[in-house]
Amino acid sequence: MKSPLALETLFHIGPAPITSGVVTTWAIMAALAVAGFAVSRRLQRVPSKLQLAAELIVEAVDGQIRDTMRVEPARYRAFIGSLFIFIFVANWSSLAPGVEPPTAHIETDAGLALIVFVAVIVFGVRARGVGGWLSTFASPNPIMIPLNLIESLTRTFSLLVRLFGNVMSGVFLIGVVLSLFGLLVPIPLMALDLLTGAVQAYIFAILAMVFIEGAISDGKPVSNEGILK
Amino acid sequence: MNWLAVVSIVSAALAVSFGAIGPALAEGRAVAAAMDAIARQPEAANTISRTLFVGLAMIETMAIYCLVIALLLLFANPLLK
Repeated sequence: MKSPLALETLFHIGPAPITSGVVTTWAIMAALAVAGFAVSRRLQRVPSKLQLAAELIVEAVDGQIRDTMRVEPARYRAFIGSLFIFIFVANWSSLAPGVEPPTAHIETDAGLALIVFVAVIVFGVRARGVGGWLSTFASPNPIMIPLNLIESLTRTFSLLVRLFGNVMSGVFLIGVVLSLFGLLVPIPLMALDLLTGAVQAYIFAILAMVFIEGAISDGKPVSNEGILK
Repeated sequence: MNWLAVVSIVSAALAVSFGAIGPALAEGRAVAAAMDAIARQPEAANTISRTLFVGLAMIETMAIYCLVIALLLLFANPLLK
């Protein structure tokens, strides 16, 4: 049986090997970029059906950001939204025949977790300045500094392993069942896999929000004023 | 097949089976508590289920760690190279 950790190299660009997961990622990126451009190209005051559907997605993301982070969503919408939509589409790309979700390979997930790790630092520094961001490590008191430092690494690692483990185990399970029982039997498992994929995309986005919120807020409860605009 | 391979396979199975017990019990308790909370306060269902999902993902990660360890033992075992 093929190892779930093994990679299938399709071709090389210079010294860099290009695997099938990378090609799928490019295809998803291109599809999302084209779809985003096509929907937002001609925005109208009285929205068409397509624009309405897009607005529904954006408003759902905005609502989650408001609920979870308790800030105005404008600054974080693009990052959180594209994170969620990309992982969602990547997890569901197994619906297309012959396509393996890129998130079932640990490299893609490592890249996504690294993006979140850097984004937490960038948003933290932008919101509170370098000193303010560093001081979040000393909260609630300076004894916690080593623990907070370790936590910022381990939570990134667990973000990566969680997404990888869930998606990869789904793909692996379908492979095992398919090789044991044959055609059509893994269909209920694939349906379960779609549910897991959607939930994992949601959780990845929520956790990214929680991490960013920890970096931009000073731990004090925020009043609701200015949020419910 | 040498004894290292046998030990690896057995410990992979042990890792998954015992690693699944704790998270299974914990997820059951978490869902039961969330159901209880929603039954008492149906208007807070949105917040509770969002928190529940995040919590379940955290708990589930423990089982996933065990799965990753098992797969490392089976497919990327450094001792068998």
